Amino acid sequence: MKRFVGGAGDRGFRWATGSFALLLIVIVVGIGIVLWRESILSIRAFGFNFWRTSIWDPVAGNFGAAPFIWGTLYSSVLALVIATPIAIGIAIFLSELCPEWLRTPLVFLTELLAAIPSIVYGLWGIFFLIPLVRSTQSSIPAWLAEFPLFTGAPYGVSMGAAAIILAIMIVPFTSSVAREVLRSVPLSQREGAYALGATQWEATRVVLHYARVGIFGAIMLGFGRALGETMAVTMVIGNSARISWSLFEPQYTMAAVIANEFKEAADDLHLHALVEIGLVLFVITLIVNLGSRLLIWRMTREGRPRVAPQAAESAEAAA
Amino acid sequence: MKLHTLRGWRLAAAGACVIALGAGVAAQKLQINGAGATFPYPIYSKWFSEYNKLHPNIEINYQSIGSGGGIRQLTNQTVFFGATDGPMTPAQLAAAPGRVLHFPTVLGAVVPIYNIPGVTGELKFSGVVLADVFLGKITRWNDAAIMKINPGVNLPSTPIAVARRSDGSGTTYIFVDYLSKVSAEFKTRVGVNTAVNWPVGLGGAGNEGVAGLVKQTPGAIGYVELIYALQNNISYGSVQNAAGEFVKATTAAVTKAAAEAVKAMPADFRVSITNAPGAGVYPISSFTWLLFYENPSNKAMAKTMVEFMQWALGDGQKFAEELGYAAVPAPVVQLELAALKKIKL
Repeated sequence: MKRFVGGAGDRGFRWATGSFALLLIVIVVGIGIVLWRESILSIRAFGFNFWRTSIWDPVAGNFGAAPFIWGTLYSSVLALVIATPIAIGIAIFLSELCPEWLRTPLVFLTELLAAIPSIVYGLWGIFFLIPLVRSTQSSIPAWLAEFPLFTGAPYGVSMGAAAIILAIMIVPFTSSVAREVLRSVPLSQREGAYALGATQWEATRVVLHYARVGIFGAIMLGFGRALGETMAVTMVIGNSARISWSLFEPQYTMAAVIANEFKEAADDLHLHALVEIGLVLFVITLIVNLGSRLLIWRMTREGRPRVAPQAAESAEAAA
Repeated sequence: MKLHTLRGWRLAAAGACVIALGAGVAAQKLQINGAGATFPYPIYSKWFSEYNKLHPNIEINYQSIGSGGGIRQLTNQTVFFGATDGPMTPAQLAAAPGRVLHFPTVLGAVVPIYNIPGVTGELKFSGVVLADVFLGKITRWNDAAIMKINPGVNLPSTPIAVARRSDGSGTTYIFVDYLSKVSAEFKTRVGVNTAVNWPVGLGGAGNEGVAGLVKQTPGAIGYVELIYALQNNISYGSVQNAAGEFVKATTAAVTKAAAEAVKAMPADFRVSITNAPGAGVYPISSFTWLLFYENPSNKAMAKTMVEFMQWALGDGQKFAEELGYAAVPAPVVQLELAALKKIKL
């Protein structure tokens, strides 16, 4: 059997894998450059106002992305608020509390949820979720309907429906990564806690504290997915460019407007404005990722003595 | 088992024949690529496959990427021909590297659809009422303006939920083109384009998206292509034409709109026929166009496409009705056959 001997083989291997890693950087930078170049008309015409103004008028050639930026961030944050407790709960149950015979089927089911194409979620949203949201809204008492979160006509298609769909879509991602992180916490942590007379709840808290960096990474993974989701959201959000706190108002997201208007955008400025929305989404995704990376970095540094290498690695992988 | 093997052999033999045939034809096969509007896609694909049966060596590929994409690809010369639901603007024509010619192929129409609890009869709409509804000025079904043109219909006070296209679309173009002609306020506040800044309403993607919103939302009104409404048995309202009659959309009423327009047909066929004058005319009608360069570099393709157009405007028109499109009226066909001679072969 022939083996690579010594330096040459190692060098070749390092060179090959290194160039793959470099390719990744080239791709990210390349995407940024192309987006910039293809949106230059809009960048020149509107400058920073593009981020702030909220009129999107292809006829007059007047474009502002604020409602789309708002819609993307608001729907993703709402989805995160709904999904995080559920996902972490699932992860804790599966890694700490679940009887062995139930674990495999449950893990299989959460992973199955992750494999469903988003358009299927969208269809489910149209036929089940939207009528449900509409009837819920019709039945809330009048004094509650005055509250800014619940204003609007009972359409069904709404920010709330989009947030619920997004939450369901990100739960399996967050929970499976969080479960891996929890499983990587050394058994000695739990044993130590029990040895000190901790209850199951207290022992779980010890494990959670130990794994918090990784869990944060899992949450950010879900957030990243929510930011970019297009199909399911555009099917239920109502596609109306407006900024509102209400869960019952139809709104719009960045990914949805690109998908909707790109193919018929014949006017150059319109096209460039759509590409600039892509650029904005790209930048926001980068900022979110960098931000979470920084947070993880700070958390790992502060908690260095308590965090095992595996947990930190899982966190990094997740982020 | 035996049967299986036998069938396998037969398939293989048939396959070999096809391959041999393909290889024989491939020698002089002419492939022509086009792209554009989604609205005429069903009839274009029918035409191209029928034409391929008549002329097996000619293969015309069409990608329905949308009118905007079609115009862009034609301008960049990545396709031989384009297709659009709205005529190219002067700016777009100027941006093209050569002179572009428009040829109407069939006609379509846009119809208002609605879902009002308790109302089963057919509603009548005037242009101004439609414009005010889509501007958000008329907000309830029992508004005096709607009641006045629908005497005897028991309209509820249900709020109106406006449903419109979220994606850029030729359907939207035709609809807002009509509303802009009948309402000055609509023209200044919204204007004409494949995608516009709607003051109110919910956006659904595609005809099916709008129809879905209307079906699911009590009190909703929306607009879809006539073909879509016909194929899916969706009931729709009649619309008042320029002569004052309330006309329910049919392919005949749409063809009539084009026939009325022939008197004022510009030489380049870039004409809007919404709100056309004349009796029996359905007012929200429009041509859809194929786009060719006047002086294409590939003469073999140019000659083939001219022959194809002669066929499409002749025998090809008989496929229009069954697919829900309105045929181009004979006088317009005559003008087009003459205009085809402009293409330099």
